[in-house]
Amino acid sequence: MKTPTILSAALLSLTITSTLIARQVDTTKLKPFYFEVNDYVEENEHCLRCHGEVKFLLEDPALDRAVYEHMCPDRQIDRDAYYSAVHKGFSCTDCHSYDFNTFPHPLEARLEDSYECLDCHGYDETFAQYHFEDIAQEFQESIHNMDDFTCWKCHNPHSYKAFMRNADDLGEAIVYDNNICLNCHANFSNFTLLTDRAEINVVQSHEWLPNQASHFSHVRCIECHTEINDSILIAHKILPKTEAVKRCTECHSTDSRLMYTLYKFQIKKERKAGFANGIIINQSYVIGANQNLFLNRLSILVFLLTFLVILLHTFLRIRNLKNK
Amino acid sequence: MTNHKIYLYPVWIRIWHLINALMFLLLIFTGICLHFCGTGQTLIPFNIGVGIHNTAAIIITFNYGVFVIGNMITRNGKFYRKWRKNLVTNLWKQFVFYAVGIFRNEKHPFPITEKQKFNPLQKFAYVIAMYFGMPLLILSGLALMFPGLTGYSVFNISSLVFYDVLHIIVGFVLSLFLLVHLYTCTLGDKPGTLFKSMVTGYHEEHEAEE
Repeated sequence: MKTPTILSAALLSLTITSTLIARQVDTTKLKPFYFEVNDYVEENEHCLRCHGEVKFLLEDPALDRAVYEHMCPDRQIDRDAYYSAVHKGFSCTDCHSYDFNTFPHPLEARLEDSYECLDCHGYDETFAQYHFEDIAQEFQESIHNMDDFTCWKCHNPHSYKAFMRNADDLGEAIVYDNNICLNCHANFSNFTLLTDRAEINVVQSHEWLPNQASHFSHVRCIECHTEINDSILIAHKILPKTEAVKRCTECHSTDSRLMYTLYKFQIKKERKAGFANGIIINQSYVIGANQNLFLNRLSILVFLLTFLVILLHTFLRIRNLKNK
Repeated sequence: MTNHKIYLYPVWIRIWHLINALMFLLLIFTGICLHFCGTGQTLIPFNIGVGIHNTAAIIITFNYGVFVIGNMITRNGKFYRKWRKNLVTNLWKQFVFYAVGIFRNEKHPFPITEKQKFNPLQKFAYVIAMYFGMPLLILSGLALMFPGLTGYSVFNISSLVFYDVLHIIVGFVLSLFLLVHLYTCTLGDKPGTLFKSMVTGYHEEHEAEE
């Protein structure tokens, strides 16, 4: 009894597969910029006509039946995001098995190991400037080094943008970066996939921080939650919360930590004259870190002059009193 | 010698002045600590400095409200509103007295009376400090305390930079005012006479009989 069941299932799969492959891809509704950045848009549409939609049509020509199925959010690919991301030029099958061309996708393909960053970027001169090996080392030492935690948990390969090093609008880059953290740390259903820890309330746990909203929108979480590393562009060694920066003057001082973290990429750009750590004030203002050196000197000079006049006046009054 | 006593400082003025003085000193101290904070040892931890600065700022803001309303509904306000004629000449006269006349034991050009609590220089400085400086200081401070309420940029620069630099400049000028104010308060009959007036409410003056 079992053999006919398997046979009929295989037949059904074959029918659906052939239907999917045979169906023409309509590329007329796609945005022109996709074609500018990717040579495989048409090929990718074989995947994205289902994975690029909230729902997809599941057809069974043998029984002449068709139903709309909901595409699981984890399996959805946003075309705009994909064709704007770091991997925008790729074909789906550059990273995924060709077996995914068949539908229903075979179990072997679905269970295959995903590539890790180092599989492509590691030990390759082309990417040497990004120090992926050091990033991997930092990750190993990070508290994120736990079961099932891979690069992809933070850097979605279908949408990740290297925002920070190309940021024209730092504010936008900060929001983008912080959302990567908040995707788990402020979303318990994602958080619980990786840990059994109790739910974190980010707002509550940062209640000690003055002007919390301003901090959240002007600096990245990793400014305080990672160890500074000069050899890589963005620090990846996430520290335990007990080791996170809590001393305000780490940033609010002329030797501000922000210059080695958030503003590392901007340092070479134009600085606003006269201000300590002047590059910061292109985007923000940090009390203590952004003293205006000219005003500092002027204020000390004016104060000393005033004080001298008072001393001189006092001296003359005392002399006058003695002469009376 | 005759002893003149004029009641110039009612209780509300003295309480307002005491709160204003204490809060202003706290604000200057914490303001300097925050502005010049370094990564090493600081006089007070940054977060505590922020807490004290903000609390003192809120108190001084309400206290300023008391000053403005008090001056609107009591006779104290007229000392700030009514001006003598020839302001510039009077300012110069008073300046010359402080610069030269005081050492020649000349008579005060504008003696304190019940109708004129301040000499022209005092009045000019107080009006500038209290009706221009303080509002600027308070408003720029509020803009820094609630950065979300201000726009992203002012005059084509970050609003935070604008308000912070404005706050620091006005704060510094008013601190200088305080320094000069404290010194000129030693220019009474005796160095402590005018300070005593602000405690008792009475302005005292000794005049040699002709």
